Amino acid sequence: MKQYFKNIYEAIATILVGMGVTWRHLFTRAVTVQYPHVKRELPERSRMQLFVDMDDCIGCMQCQRACPVDCIDIKTIRAGKEEDLGEAGNGTKKKLHVVQFYIDMAKCCYCADCVFPCPTGAIRMTPEYEFITYDRSSLLINFSQYSDEERAALEERERKEKEAQAAAKAARLKAAEEAKKTAAAQKDESKSE
Amino acid sequence: MEPLVQFFYILLPFLRDWPEWLALTVIGIVAALLMFGFVAIFALFAIWLERKVSAHMQDRIGPMEVGGWHGWAQTIADTIKLLVKEDIVPENADRILFKLAPAIVFTAALAGFAVLPWTQDFIPADLNVGLLYILSVSSFAVIGILMGGWASNNKWSLYGAMRSASQMVSYEIPVALALLAVVMNAGTLSMRHLVMAQSGNILDWNVFNFFPLTAVAFIIYFVASLAEVNRTPFDLPEGESELVGGFHTEYSGMRFAFFFLGEYANMYVVSAIATTVFLGGWLPPFEFLSFIPGPIWFVGKAMTMVFIQMWLRWTLPRLRVDQLMYTCWKVLTPFSFAIILLIGLWKVI
Ligand code: SF4
Ligand code: SF4
Repeated sequence: MKQYFKNIYEAIATILVGMGVTWRHLFTRAVTVQYPHVKRELPERSRMQLFVDMDDCIGCMQCQRACPVDCIDIKTIRAGKEEDLGEAGNGTKKKLHVVQFYIDMAKCCYCADCVFPCPTGAIRMTPEYEFITYDRSSLLINFSQYSDEERAALEERERKEKEAQAAAKAARLKAAEEAKKTAAAQKDESKSE
Repeated sequence: MEPLVQFFYILLPFLRDWPEWLALTVIGIVAALLMFGFVAIFALFAIWLERKVSAHMQDRIGPMEVGGWHGWAQTIADTIKLLVKEDIVPENADRILFKLAPAIVFTAALAGFAVLPWTQDFIPADLNVGLLYILSVSSFAVIGILMGGWASNNKWSLYGAMRSASQMVSYEIPVALALLAVVMNAGTLSMRHLVMAQSGNILDWNVFNFFPLTAVAFIIYFVASLAEVNRTPFDLPEGESELVGGFHTEYSGMRFAFFFLGEYANMYVVSAIATTVFLGGWLPPFEFLSFIPGPIWFVGKAMTMVFIQMWLRWTLPRLRVDQLMYTCWKVLTPFSFAIILLIGLWKVI
């Protein structure tokens, strides 16, 4: 019997205590941040969208090799001997045309592993995180500053160079073969004498 | 003559020239539409308020976008969304019962409005058994809920409906007994006379009558009425976390909205009964405040009760089924019997 009344007393008392708590919270300041209107300051070194400063990129492909999910796809073309592509921010000479620099942000896992190996600090994380799109393919970003025509021209040039090289090599090989043959013939001749 | 009819005759004198049946029909329809409009607006407001109250009690801010000022139009937007949603009826449901259930729940809630005394003159029907009527029609809702749960052909719905049946039937008893404690003294069941018997200042209200006996009766009534309208901590029939949505799991669109409307209308009805029976209805707490018209007092007091219901909802967790039954049969019912007995003795001595 005593327990019964004690229970009732405790029920009422604890309900009142609970109501007091909620009443106090009714007037405490809300912690909500009204997101699109108010943006919270991001922590230092937060990892969001990637950015590549192509003026600095020397096309060394360190980032592509470091990426664990293979979402960076770089294509480079060697610069000609007389061409001067300028220097990266830290003074490294640029020797390659970076004709393609894809980063697929849909695949990226924001590990920032590509950022650290970069010798010139060209690739880096930005605090930009609102890059939602309606189409997954628009998350594939090409940072290269070469237009399609320029790229085609450079590729054409490289192809020609390669062809020329191949031709030269073939010629060299042929010449070597000839030389070998004539040498052998001479040997035969001297033997038969 | 009914006070409401008189009220309309005074308001619109030309109604007197009409044949009586026509005038009465018109008055009836207008009054019904008024009540429906009130329920709809009240529900819109109360849902918005509930979201705000719950948000602030959890240190959030709730809806802020729609309509500009503190998201006041959020519930209007939600209603429009519910209106245009597809009306899905489960394949194996009992179609007729399924479609009828929300209508019954809502009608039961709306019927309660018929005897609420907004002021001395504006009371849709001044029945001499008003309180009894309101108790009867509000227990009608359980049929609708049971119907909806059964017709959905879904285990969660059926569980919810069964719980609701056992809960509402049990809690009728303390509700009725707690009200009886007051009725015994006032000697009337008419809502209007119950209020008129409390005229004077705040100390003449029934809560402070036979202090503290009716105050306890008031608390018993309040707790039991929470269970009657399925509000937390007694929301076992809905129990989102265990029963998905209880009896309205399968409902969508407008039918779901009607269950919701019914729930909020019921909240208002039980608060209005508490106001009428215990808190002096349309009467101001002090004589000098009587320049403020009655309906404002009535709605204000009822809204305060509604707010307390919300406050409790966001304070307490849901009860277990056995705790629910324990509270009803072992605490509320014996206490209300004891109060009736004590008040009876007090009156005799
Ligand atoms: S952040 Fe990681 S996953 Fe994304 S591109 Fe860089 S290395 Fe690849
Ligand atoms: S590691 Fe840096 S410099 Fe090298 S390719 Fe990547 S971005 Fe360019």
